Amino acid sequence: MKNKATKYRHIFAILVLAFLTTFVSYANTDPQEGGIVDTKSEVEAYILHHIKDSHDFSLFSYSDSEGERHHFGFPLPVIVKTSQGIVTFMSSAFHHDDNGHVLVEKEGLNLVKLHGKIYELSQGAQEVAFDEAHHPINATQTLDLSITKSVMGILMIGLLLLLAFSSLARQYRTKQVPTGFGRVLEPLVIYVRDEIARPNIGEKKYRKFTGYLLTVFFFIWSLNLVGLTPLGFNVTGQLAVTAALAVLTLVIYTASGNKDYWLHILWMPGVPYLLRPVLAIIELAGALVIKPFSLLVRLFANISAGHIVVMSLIAIMFTLRETLGVVGATSLSFVLSFFITLIEVLVAFLQAYIFTMLSALFIGMAVAEHDHH
Amino acid sequence: MYNLIGAGLIVIGAGIGLGQIGGKAMEGIARQPEAAGKISTNMIIIAALLEGLAFGALFLGK
Repeated sequence: MKNKATKYRHIFAILVLAFLTTFVSYANTDPQEGGIVDTKSEVEAYILHHIKDSHDFSLFSYSDSEGERHHFGFPLPVIVKTSQGIVTFMSSAFHHDDNGHVLVEKEGLNLVKLHGKIYELSQGAQEVAFDEAHHPINATQTLDLSITKSVMGILMIGLLLLLAFSSLARQYRTKQVPTGFGRVLEPLVIYVRDEIARPNIGEKKYRKFTGYLLTVFFFIWSLNLVGLTPLGFNVTGQLAVTAALAVLTLVIYTASGNKDYWLHILWMPGVPYLLRPVLAIIELAGALVIKPFSLLVRLFANISAGHIVVMSLIAIMFTLRETLGVVGATSLSFVLSFFITLIEVLVAFLQAYIFTMLSALFIGMAVAEHDHH
Repeated sequence: MYNLIGAGLIVIGAGIGLGQIGGKAMEGIARQPEAAGKISTNMIIIAALLEGLAFGALFLGK
């Protein structure tokens, strides 16, 4: 018994340490001391920068006494399709510039990075020129295929999930009950199968779709959880990622829809004939636009809002430093962000659950068999 | 300015909706505790649909 208690104490200590690391690595983004800096706008810029995807993986940065900026992290490969074909280089070539000041010369082209997007300057131009709305006028945007931070996160999590689940699957060849980490995964797999797939899709067809639902569930959940670590990923808070997931669900339930499903959309039985075309328009919009749109916006907005709230609460220690004092502001920020982070752990699960559940529900609607009276 | 007022209205609407869903679900569970699992699953689905609507409106109004 005593042994067990010590074990749990270790786990607790690791959790506290992990949380403190988050705290410290965010705290290190402190704007430089002494200089006239508007803390609030700097915090806002930092949060907005974190929410967006970026071309390099940076943990934190600080300015030394000479005002020089030091960055901790590593560059990621940039792959862009320009007018001269595909160009690749490391993002360190931009030297953390995001305002179009640093030119990178490749294949006779001048490339600049401007607000997270890579532009190609027109021939002969040495500097970006802007119009009144701050849009570049002598540069065209390139097709960006880079391994950005989010892409790296997706690849990393994909590899981890592949390793974890293939080892779980391999264990069933030799034994009935998995050992090790598989023991954690098995109940989750059974939960998704028995509580999400089976009741929503139906006893006959659920097996075919369980693979997709399991993939989506673990993909979203683990990326949500990675987003809460100090690594600074915000993958499920990217519209592109959630849109791709929603489109996958859309394709699956549209492609597997049976005769009854399409009949109920296009020519609803049991309704006056005059109403049927009107209903068809509404049902079509619902099935093809509104359902996937609600899926993608829900996940994106929940995760982004969660990140903004956590980071704003952490920023309290800088914004309220003058009013509450260093100790007061830091403890307030610690307490608030600690509890919000706990809620975010719940939200990370809940959003993965809801996405999977609604996908299962939509698939279930498409494959349901109706008995005609 | 107007989008802030709009956001406030959205949040009021979503709050009323979530309150209704949660309150009715609690009543249902109190009446029939053995159906708690089914009721809470459906509650979460409906709350998620409502949330999707509210977030969609917030997103469009941004």
